[in-house]
Amino acid sequence: MNATPSRGARLAWEQLWAIVWKDLRAELRTRQAWMSMGLFALLTLVVFNFAFDLRVQDQRAVGPGALWVSFLFASVLGLARNITMEQDRGPMDRLMALPVDRSVVYLAKVIGNVLVISAVEMVALPVFAALYNLPVLTLPIIPITLLGTIGVAAIGAQYAALAANTRARELLTPLLIFPLITPVVIGAVRATEALFSPVYGDAPWLGLLAAFDVIVLSISAVTFQFVVEE
Amino acid sequence: MSAQVIRAAEAVAPEARAKPAAIRVERLVKAFDARPALRGITFSVTPGATLTIFGPNGAGKTTLLRALATLARPTAGTIEVGGFDVVREAHEVRLRTGYVGHQPYIYEDLTARENLLFFARMYGLRDGAARADALLARMELTAKASERVRTLSRGQAQRLALARGLIHDPETLLLDEPDTGLDEVALALLERLIEERRARGQTTALTTHNLERGLRLASEALTLVGGRAAYSGPADGLSAEAVLALYRKGGAA
Repeated sequence: MNATPSRGARLAWEQLWAIVWKDLRAELRTRQAWMSMGLFALLTLVVFNFAFDLRVQDQRAVGPGALWVSFLFASVLGLARNITMEQDRGPMDRLMALPVDRSVVYLAKVIGNVLVISAVEMVALPVFAALYNLPVLTLPIIPITLLGTIGVAAIGAQYAALAANTRARELLTPLLIFPLITPVVIGAVRATEALFSPVYGDAPWLGLLAAFDVIVLSISAVTFQFVVEE
Repeated sequence: MSAQVIRAAEAVAPEARAKPAAIRVERLVKAFDARPALRGITFSVTPGATLTIFGPNGAGKTTLLRALATLARPTAGTIEVGGFDVVREAHEVRLRTGYVGHQPYIYEDLTARENLLFFARMYGLRDGAARADALLARMELTAKASERVRTLSRGQAQRLALARGLIHDPETLLLDEPDTGLDEVALALLERLIEERRARGQTTALTTHNLERGLRLASEALTLVGGRAAYSGPADGLSAEAVLALYRKGGAA
């Protein structure tokens, strides 16, 4: 009696990591998403840096915004690709014919996106620190970028799948995602700013990011099947 | 004592009470934006049979197979595969069904073997690696096992897709035009596979535009014309001319 649920949970766990492994393996081979995302992020940082001719105090005010704009724009490039690789007639036909819970597919796509976006961020952060001369390479940046990235990936996996079934998916994906990740942008930018100006205190912003992530992940895991199934 | 035995038999082996049809479809309607692709189809398939679905382009063959594979939700009517409802018990249907569609549904940036290992893991197979290697050998793809799918020819990718559909040895195998892009050697292999499945008592449903091959493989036949079942029954005695006559009759109706 108890064996069936535990066997089901074990299978779901194995399926989750099988999808993540498959996505990363394909991405490591082609480097299609990483290359375009990385270049886009770096280019955005460079353009912002030269466009504003920043002084020291301006760098602290503008830098976090520039950093997260570069992360978000770059992320959208990868989010759409991660979903469309599964597409045939339906948004995720390759996986939909398999005996896998749709919430497992969703969580696997979120994890895959988080790993890919994090790799881009690891390259972009040192470049940002050098260009903007800001002490961003400290331990507190890790929870900020991780929580912000989870928020972007959680929204992105859901709405990239929703847009995947439309002809204008390249246009629709960012149009759907950007308004919905506004809380992530505010929370992540403020939390990053707080790294340079301790008077703000970073706790409320990290709390906002964590709460947003939990809410979006919970709702999307349940509703994902309605997005990808007929 | 005898009552206990009866109760135990009922609890342990519900399928032993009455073996359900391998596929049972009743008054199936499938519409896309109020445009019906299937218009009230009813048929059933005997366990262990090979069903060939005939029909001209746009007759609804692919839509029917997708509905059987749980990929398209019926607008009305019911479908059971192996005794399980495709809407309410979709997970059970997916566990027992293999589907090879128009597209191979394999990942181009993985190797042939990695693809099969991935699908084996998705079905929770303990002997996934052995099963993958055996199927690669069966499909004469061992030499291509470590090559990325994007480097394979259309026919090789189609054979790999067949291996993918067979990885969990499904009770019911759904094949949408599996002969597309296959050379004569691969076609012979496909026919042998289908015959072996029938000999083992496993059900196969396939669509094809090759009437002779379809009739040669079939024990049961379904002819769709304009989303309706123009013929459903044994394939014995059915000829290519008779199937074509159904196409013309349906087209004229």
